[in-house]
Amino acid sequence: MAEGAVPRFWREIPQRYNLIGNKCNECEKVFFPPRESCPECRRKSMGKMKDFKLSGEGEVLTYTIIYEASEKFEGQAPYPLAIIQLKEGPKITAQIVDCDIEDVKIGMKLKSTFRKIQDDGYVGAIYYGYKFKKRN
Amino acid sequence: MVNIGIVSYGAYIPRFRIKSSDIAKAWGKDPKTITGGLGIIEKSVPSLDQDVATISVESARSALSRCSINPQDIGAIYVGSESHPYAVKPTGTIVAEAVCATPNLTVADYEFACKAGTAAIQTCMALVKSDMIKYGVAIGADTAQAAPGDALEYAASAGGAAFIIGKENVIATINQTCSFTTDTPDFWRREGRKYPAHGGRFTGAPAYFRHITSNAKNLMELTGTKPEDYTFAIFHQPNGKFPVRVAKMLGFTPEQVKQGLLCPVIGNTYSGATMLGLASVLDVAKPSDRVFLTSYGSGAGSDAFDITITDTINQLEKKKAPLVSELIDDKEYVDYATYAKYRDLLYWE
Repeated sequence: MAEGAVPRFWREIPQRYNLIGNKCNECEKVFFPPRESCPECRRKSMGKMKDFKLSGEGEVLTYTIIYEASEKFEGQAPYPLAIIQLKEGPKITAQIVDCDIEDVKIGMKLKSTFRKIQDDGYVGAIYYGYKFKKRN
Repeated sequence: MVNIGIVSYGAYIPRFRIKSSDIAKAWGKDPKTITGGLGIIEKSVPSLDQDVATISVESARSALSRCSINPQDIGAIYVGSESHPYAVKPTGTIVAEAVCATPNLTVADYEFACKAGTAAIQTCMALVKSDMIKYGVAIGADTAQAAPGDALEYAASAGGAAFIIGKENVIATINQTCSFTTDTPDFWRREGRKYPAHGGRFTGAPAYFRHITSNAKNLMELTGTKPEDYTFAIFHQPNGKFPVRVAKMLGFTPEQVKQGLLCPVIGNTYSGATMLGLASVLDVAKPSDRVFLTSYGSGAGSDAFDITITDTINQLEKKKAPLVSELIDDKEYVDYATYAKYRDLLYWE
């Protein structure tokens, strides 16, 4: 990550470690990442957005296989990257791990897992967060 | 008397495995001699995105998923390992954040070769007993290092287990614990070095066997017990042979050792070794079963525990997290080249 990434990463720890989104207590819609206000309820949602911990359960909505990875992910290629429909509503993009690329299917049930995402080389900070694996 | 003990537990073993025979072939050794001599068929291998922090978090989350305690009631987290991802910045801070236990708790990382996890259990016991905390989480985990081609390479593996220590709803009471420690340089890693060094055969008699037998005898004297009083016995397992031999020296049978002996199929998980052995025993233990556990850490020391399973174990929701046997069975083999990539043996800039 570029210089200055540590404070940015630190601010996002609740989302990255524990999938903390938020919920509009006006219309009950769940958001991830959290939003300042609900795009449906607008000003009615002000002051009514509450933290909401997602279960980490979802399924593959669509996916691709990354063969030419960016520098920090080269060692892991080829690997699946999916848009995941979470049980509570939000869709998120994440890597699928512990799974053969041939076994990834649309509709496959997933659960979140805690992994190292990347680091700032051998001397920099290590960034952790969510990835997903198959759920039986 | 207040019962201090284990409230819940969780384990984690990375999915990748490499066979000892494949490591032997890479270095021109006879696979049968190596596999038979060490008693290790295969070992676990962490992937590029796994380290002691991720293994500790997975273990701790599994432990929490099996019981109903509020993470905010956790007053201490201690992570024992000799492969903490940072030299300075505690792994426990990452674990505490990832299990929603922050900010009102104490955290520290422990290091005592392969027994740092059991030292963490003892600290949590003391804090709970003195009412300084309600619950403590003790974790032993490693992604053990071994220099390419070294004898350690056949054993050094990855895995860990977490134990929630408390005095309410304990599934296993820790009746007694004691330790035996000396300055015995059998294995070490100097500051800033990537791989450990060891004293070869010196790691046996004056180190592993002296410390474990002395401490085990001390514990049985303290508790007034004999080997036949225990259903299960767990000993540190740097290879598949030492724990069986030390058990025999002390008068335990292979049947008592079997459930907690995982080294032949996952290798030596260092700080995770006796902890995973205990998790494997708790997976099958029944009320009133008695468990004898003796860890060993080079340098050198041993922690011993006398444990009795309570009726509460039947209420623990074990199925909410994977059993150790399920973690062992869920595996994918890698060849030596992939192993070398995953263990960062191939250095480039």
